[in-house]
Amino acid sequence: MTDRQPLNSRLSERGADVERHWAELASRRRMYSLLGLFALLGATAGSLWFANETNAGKFFDRLPYFFDFFRDFVPKDGFEIFRALFDLPSPYDNGSFEYNYPEGRHYLTQDVYLPEYFFKMIETLNIALFSTVISAIVAFFLAFFAARNLMPNSWVRNAVRRLFEVLRAFPEVVVAGFFLAILSLGPLPAIAAVSLHTVGALGKLFFEVIENADMKAEEGLRAAGANWIERVWFGIVPQVLPNLASYALLRLEINVRASTIIGAVGGGGIGELLRLSISQNHEAKTLAIVLLLLLTIIAVDQLSAWLRERLVGAQAFRTA
Amino acid sequence: MQTVMNRPHLEEIALRYGEVLRITDRRKYRMPLLVLGVVAYFIASWWFFSIGTVLSRANWSIAGSYLAQWVSYEVRPEFRIGADGTMTLNYGRHSPLGDHPTPDWVVTETEKRQKSQPAPGAASPTPALAAPAGGFMAPEKPAAPAASSTTAAAAAEQTVITHAEVTYDSGTRMILDPGRVTVDHRGETLVIALAGGRAEPVGTLPTWAEQKRPGEKIVLSYGLTGWAEVSADRVVARNRFFGWANFFFDTNSPFFGKPYTEVIGLILSGERLDPKQSNLSLAWNNICYNAEWQHLDVWTKLLQTIVMAFAGTLFACLIAFPLAFVAARNITRSVVLNQVTKRFFDFLRSVDMLIWALFFTRAFGPGPLAGMSAIFFTDTGTLGKLYSEALENIDDRQREGVRSVGASPVAVQRYGVLPQVTPVFASQALYFWESNTRSATVIGAVGAGGIGLKLWEAIRTNSNWHNVAYMVVLLLIVVFIFDTISSALRTRLINRSPA
Repeated sequence: MTDRQPLNSRLSERGADVERHWAELASRRRMYSLLGLFALLGATAGSLWFANETNAGKFFDRLPYFFDFFRDFVPKDGFEIFRALFDLPSPYDNGSFEYNYPEGRHYLTQDVYLPEYFFKMIETLNIALFSTVISAIVAFFLAFFAARNLMPNSWVRNAVRRLFEVLRAFPEVVVAGFFLAILSLGPLPAIAAVSLHTVGALGKLFFEVIENADMKAEEGLRAAGANWIERVWFGIVPQVLPNLASYALLRLEINVRASTIIGAVGGGGIGELLRLSISQNHEAKTLAIVLLLLLTIIAVDQLSAWLRERLVGAQAFRTA
Repeated sequence: MQTVMNRPHLEEIALRYGEVLRITDRRKYRMPLLVLGVVAYFIASWWFFSIGTVLSRANWSIAGSYLAQWVSYEVRPEFRIGADGTMTLNYGRHSPLGDHPTPDWVVTETEKRQKSQPAPGAASPTPALAAPAGGFMAPEKPAAPAASSTTAAAAAEQTVITHAEVTYDSGTRMILDPGRVTVDHRGETLVIALAGGRAEPVGTLPTWAEQKRPGEKIVLSYGLTGWAEVSADRVVARNRFFGWANFFFDTNSPFFGKPYTEVIGLILSGERLDPKQSNLSLAWNNICYNAEWQHLDVWTKLLQTIVMAFAGTLFACLIAFPLAFVAARNITRSVVLNQVTKRFFDFLRSVDMLIWALFFTRAFGPGPLAGMSAIFFTDTGTLGKLYSEALENIDDRQREGVRSVGASPVAVQRYGVLPQVTPVFASQALYFWESNTRSATVIGAVGAGGIGLKLWEAIRTNSNWHNVAYMVVLLLIVVFIFDTISSALRTRLINRSPA
């Protein structure tokens, strides 16, 4: 780069022209990059200022107290977490809600019980699983109507695509809140919220997979006189099913998190317990829930990754 | 070349590729078993969530009414019926028509009456309400403003309504006379006699009317156009109109109730309504601080949500970028460093965004800082994982080429690695920016700032569904805009990349 000058002098006139043009383009490109960088910096600074200005506590005022949170959440002793997790009686029990671990037990038989947090975690997991299964089925049937290669009618195709987009973009909180108003408290509002969103998200992924399917099998079936349903069922579905299942599993991972969050805003499950215990400063309970959530999410991620790798091989796993 | 398959040919192929054509038990029963499993799971979940009982207890008529409130509003003229059968009219405190409404679908005949009972106490007699002399039909002045209907006992003389007609639409009308309410709806006529503290229908009730116990309140549902309640001492009409009421100017604004042409005329060249400021700034102020819609607050909260997603993703991207180089095993040749960074990413990712949000809400107080930090922490983990995987998948020949000419380690990364991964990195960052705009709404509802909390509060009142609809529309617009920008940028980035 530094020896451009001597190089330039050795160039012919046309060569020098090209060189000059290149230098011009390069400098313009550098200028655009710089402008973009400045715009990004400006936007970031503006964003930070705005966020800080509209926040309840200011960043630099709050920073010294930042670690108070950790101090508030140190349990009385290390075993307290496990007592809270497994609903064992606590030696610090003073009748308050903070240490009433055994009261949450769900008795399956006379003496076998499921600890409260495990029960709630199962509920949250089941919300995620149920929503994923139901929306995967709905999205599966709708996706064929959105794929360009299978649905020549552009009206139907675009209608289904817009439906997916709206379902995807519609805020989950609103769906949850609306069903909460009608159905009262319980897991159903969370299921409705997570499912509707998942239909939109999976529908988009599904129809893209279907559009990328190899059409040779379908052509063969068409030549043999198969109707639309037969062509789809025998020509397309066998190719795309592993990919669709892999996407559904990926979505299951996301939905476990989503149903936890929806739970925190009133959908039941472990999310609600976590929000309550954090807001009430129940240190051992909070830590027990966080530990349980962390382990569950890691386990679900690992399981789903393993299943996906078996379904579609290592390559699709990269595009997570 | 044989194009038609016949049986011997088919059997010959079957003999050659037996493995492919043989249908194993596993293949035969796989699909039915899967379907059976899903059905069994649904039944189990039906029991687990007790879906049946919840659905049967649900209040579906409320659902319809809530949905209607998203795009419509009600005006509620309420007629209180005195002992002598005369009525007073009241539109409620927060009527969308303002304090002194005179809608043309309510027609009243009024009369001045001496109050039968004297004013309680020695309250000084207030001047009688100025009613037009012999004023029939819709009076210019209110027959009974909200406050006076309860306190007018002090007045010696009172204007009362002796006949009223409420027209809902061409097929639905209620006529109120002393002691009698006549309702026309869908070609049917129902007469309700009001006497002795009882409301009794004359004849049988049509399908659109309902009375729980004889003599008590009768509820008349007119479908989308509204409904009404008729009882012996009062008749409440609820007339439903499509649209959002008072979207720009609330009832306290001087611009309220004026047609748009007049408002624009006032803003452009009218006399100052408020001597302290121009009409334009007054109008803008009135719109921003509209009490019903709270435009300025909604916009601020929406901007918070956008900012949370933007700054959170940007910082996550900046931190994940160098760490990903440490985590990628083909770039940093130290198993310990690789593993430590990767487990760190896993930790950030697996502690849910919800936990981070609740945690930072405690630390910084409710507001966008909490949401921004939550997105930052979670996405540092996710982006770090994706980036390090992208780095591990790069083509090694470019690095070798740069290294072979004796470049320094930094130059090797800059010219051998970065050109390959930058489009992927940027594309993933854009994708997360877009998806975080959505998730920022949800974590906002737990207190992490932005429009989520405002939305959640509006939902929980169960009566501000029009505000919910407004915020949802704004959010959908923002998401669609970002979706378009991000996918356009991503397509450009990916198409330019060599891969």
